[in-house]
Amino acid sequence: MTTLPTRRHLIAATASLLAFGGVALAQDARPAAPATAAAGTRFITVASTTSTVDSGLFNHILPLFRAKTGIEVRVISQGTGQALDTGRRGDADVVFVHARAAEERFVAEGHGGPRRPVMYNDFVLIGPKADPAGIKGSRDIAAALRAIQTKATPFVSRGDRSGTHQAELALWTAAGIDLAATRGSWYREIGQGMGAALNTASGMNGYVLSDRATWLSFRNRGDLDILVEGDRRLFNQYGIMLVNPERHPHVKRADGQAFIDWIVSPEGQKAIADYQINGQQLFFANASDSGA
Amino acid sequence: MDIAQSFAAAFALILGADPAFLAIVRLSLAVTLTAVAVAALIGLPVGALLALSRFPGRGAVIVLVNALMGLPPVVAGLLVFLLLSRSGPLGPLGLLFTPTAMVCAQAILVLPIVIAITRQLVEDLHGEYREHLASLGLTGLRAIPTLLWDGRFALATAILAGFGRASAEVGAVLIVGGNIAGYTRTMTTAIALETSKGDLPLALGLGIVLILLTLGINAVTYAASRVGARFAG
Repeated sequence: MTTLPTRRHLIAATASLLAFGGVALAQDARPAAPATAAAGTRFITVASTTSTVDSGLFNHILPLFRAKTGIEVRVISQGTGQALDTGRRGDADVVFVHARAAEERFVAEGHGGPRRPVMYNDFVLIGPKADPAGIKGSRDIAAALRAIQTKATPFVSRGDRSGTHQAELALWTAAGIDLAATRGSWYREIGQGMGAALNTASGMNGYVLSDRATWLSFRNRGDLDILVEGDRRLFNQYGIMLVNPERHPHVKRADGQAFIDWIVSPEGQKAIADYQINGQQLFFANASDSGA
Repeated sequence: MDIAQSFAAAFALILGADPAFLAIVRLSLAVTLTAVAVAALIGLPVGALLALSRFPGRGAVIVLVNALMGLPPVVAGLLVFLLLSRSGPLGPLGLLFTPTAMVCAQAILVLPIVIAITRQLVEDLHGEYREHLASLGLTGLRAIPTLLWDGRFALATAILAGFGRASAEVGAVLIVGGNIAGYTRTMTTAIALETSKGDLPLALGLGIVLILLTLGINAVTYAASRVGARFAG
């Protein structure tokens, strides 16, 4: 207690304590005010998957869409299951995911739609080059999974209800393996995104199912490589849907529909097909295939 | 090897002054500093009030506030998420996936730290100077401004602790901000994203930049408190 403060001192003290914050408030005024942001920029929110974001596809196609329409697309990257839930709650205008059965359920329940097919890529089975399960070069994903299970070599599962996780579970079923009954410590569910699963597999030299796009753009490969590819059951279709504006009146119907119309238009489809990493095409546009 | 690459990445980020990167740094600072300011504005008076007032259940409140210093960021994020979701009670505000939502979540994380440390500090000061304050006619709650002013340097440390918690956390801002490129992507969510893309050197490089920023803010605060102490002395 060295000073006898006056009221004036106090005001100065409060001001100095909050000096940083005050600066921040002033800086934050623009981005933090949603009302002004909404008035200033037209934007839609799209709930999509880690594969489309991590692979860099959106960085490639969204500037083209914005240049044409002036609409900013804000993408949230989640697993397919979580992205569909974001749509169900009305927290996104558009859902762009890859798990057809789950998408059709979303539409049937009246949460949005109609579903439009957009593009596909494929899943690949990644594993250590040493290949303890001895499956390298096989085109039979079911036989490869049976070998992994028999030899109990580490397998990393997304375990997060994502499109890739749902595809993985369907493949175990196709291989005639009852995971619930036979899984042991070799089967490692991590409950995280594709990149985290690849990092984990890289760390423990395990097997993992990945979409090809994320694998191609993934940097921390360590000793991993593609071991099984080309099986028809590894096909991975993406679909897009508008969230039901009747259920969620704030959904930006016109701008969301504009994005969907653009992405299935020849121009949007070409933008998708043009996206490459190291000369390899990541996604194959197929909006014209009504059965996809 | 990777570590060396990370430092190279950090320097490239700083020297490159890429606009997208600067926007991420700016947003991180704006969100965290705003959250800390909000928490300080509420927490300092509430902490002092808690220190000087006596009411039934006061002990329970103190224990609760102290415990909330350990609130997991992901839980704070989830709470704000459920409140702000379009299907939640505050849904019509349309604040989910905005920087404002991130400020709310971080303020919730910082608030218990400010309240708890302020409460302890003011209580100790009051015990020491009660009679002196009374002789100046500052009894009861009227002593609060004086006590806060006298504890200002220790309180600045409390606020820095809050800043550290907010600037380092990723769980809450990821959930309520959505890590949207160019809009709600902060340093920590960018680090998480680059990690998931397997670009570990860039992720660690971003981490180095974040630590340097935190270092800078602490250095400025320390210098300011030294200058302040000289004038006060």
